[in-house]
Amino acid sequence: MSSGTVIELRGVSFAYGAVPVLEHVDLAVPPGEFLGIVGPNAGGKSTLLKLILGLLEPTAGTIRVLGRGARAASREIGYVPQYPAFARDFPLTVEQVVLTGRLGRGRLLGGYRAEDREMARWVMTQTEIADLAQRRIATLSGGQLQRVLVARALACEPQILILDEPTANIDLRVESDIFDLLRALNRHMTILVVSHDVAFISAYVQRVACVNRTLLCHATEAIDGQVIHDLYGGDVRRVAHAH
Amino acid sequence: MGEFGTALLTHGFLQAALLAGLLASVGCGIAGTYVVVKRIGFLAGGIAHAVLGGMGAALYFGVDPMRGALVAALAAALVVGWITLRFREHEDTLISAFWAVGMAIGVLFIARTPGYAVDLMSYLFGNILLVPREDLWLMAGLDAVLLLTVAVLRRPLLAVAFDEEFARLRGLPVTLLYLLLLCLVALTVVLLIRVVGLILVIALLTLPAAIAAQHATTLGRIMVLAVVLGSLFTTGGLALSYGPDLPAGATMILLAGVAYLVSTVLQRWLQRRRTHVPATTGGGT
Repeated sequence: MSSGTVIELRGVSFAYGAVPVLEHVDLAVPPGEFLGIVGPNAGGKSTLLKLILGLLEPTAGTIRVLGRGARAASREIGYVPQYPAFARDFPLTVEQVVLTGRLGRGRLLGGYRAEDREMARWVMTQTEIADLAQRRIATLSGGQLQRVLVARALACEPQILILDEPTANIDLRVESDIFDLLRALNRHMTILVVSHDVAFISAYVQRVACVNRTLLCHATEAIDGQVIHDLYGGDVRRVAHAH
Repeated sequence: MGEFGTALLTHGFLQAALLAGLLASVGCGIAGTYVVVKRIGFLAGGIAHAVLGGMGAALYFGVDPMRGALVAALAAALVVGWITLRFREHEDTLISAFWAVGMAIGVLFIARTPGYAVDLMSYLFGNILLVPREDLWLMAGLDAVLLLTVAVLRRPLLAVAFDEEFARLRGLPVTLLYLLLLCLVALTVVLLIRVVGLILVIALLTLPAAIAAQHATTLGRIMVLAVVLGSLFTTGGLALSYGPDLPAGATMILLAGVAYLVSTVLQRWLQRRRTHVPATTGGGT
């Protein structure tokens, strides 16, 4: 195990039954990196995340996260899924949802402690949802709920933050807000972002991992038309983002 | 109704029945809330009906049927839980099969038991007016276990009811907690057998919580409101059925069902008034 990487995949393959999804993936993420993960639909991006989170076991290869197995390390990861895995009308307030990010630390029994509530308030302030704290999640817009998911992931004080298409369901105006927040958070944690928008995230990330059954990393400056063509199997209309 | 009031003061069996209804309400308020928010009504039904198998076997072998119910309910919870964990795609059919076979086994055992077949009817439809003192103690004990477990493990249980994937990532023992939740539902089923019988258990388990969820905003408040509503339905059903000598359990369920209907209509009407939109769905922006 080489120290100096927070996430290390060696020769990782994964198949759903007989259908191969990922083959011979190698990836080494150093601490503090802001890594973008791009690729076509059904190319294995989400599967890659689930392997890193320990929700899936690879059919071949090894995965080390923070020097441990993926399942053991999942507590140190803040995960923001693309879609909430819960019912939208579940009777909880924003604060209660964010507090669930504090689970797994300390006691299993009884109520939340003062420090849990303080951390929840702090991350809600960071994600600019403090004024929504007592709102029921059923009354939130898509963008607001996305921020709640980010806050929940941050509440566990993670060493690694993983986001799956954080901007897929919100409008462009808000997109740069989220990425500006991530840039600020990157000062104290490693961040992985899966995104369909290559051109946009390349303005923020240091490296881009292109996943389409295999994985190829490129420094952001090296992303050009040929790379995108190879990745997506065709010319993709590029939208120029002025920053 | 006045007849019920005076009878209540003089007849011990009615006081016991009232108490049984109140004790049952605690269970259906708490476990029922989890069943409603996690949408596991069908699983709860599978557990409830399979319990008849255990009760029948207990009766046949000369053991107290409530004890048989307790064992059967917990076993059924674990089987149903295992089915949903291992055979997710076929869980519908498997739970239906388990449900029906459990009942069939129960009916067969009861048929072969020498004695009165009236016992079968009372297990299926409840016999709150005949609830013995020991059962009241059992029910109080089950309530205590339920309250204690939920109070102590409220955060992990909520996490598993709300978002299992996230709970797993946080390192919680999700499978164990899920099975524990089903066991709590099983205990509540046993709690409700005397009051409304196995056939109608699901209604008393879900209706008070479903109504509560339409009006209360957070999980804790839903539970409290569900307990209050459950108490109203059991007491009201008992009172209404006493005079005309109707089956108490069925009356309680009818009351709960009507309340649910009224509550749903009321909620829709209030929502429409609040947002000032026409009844037909229009397009948004």
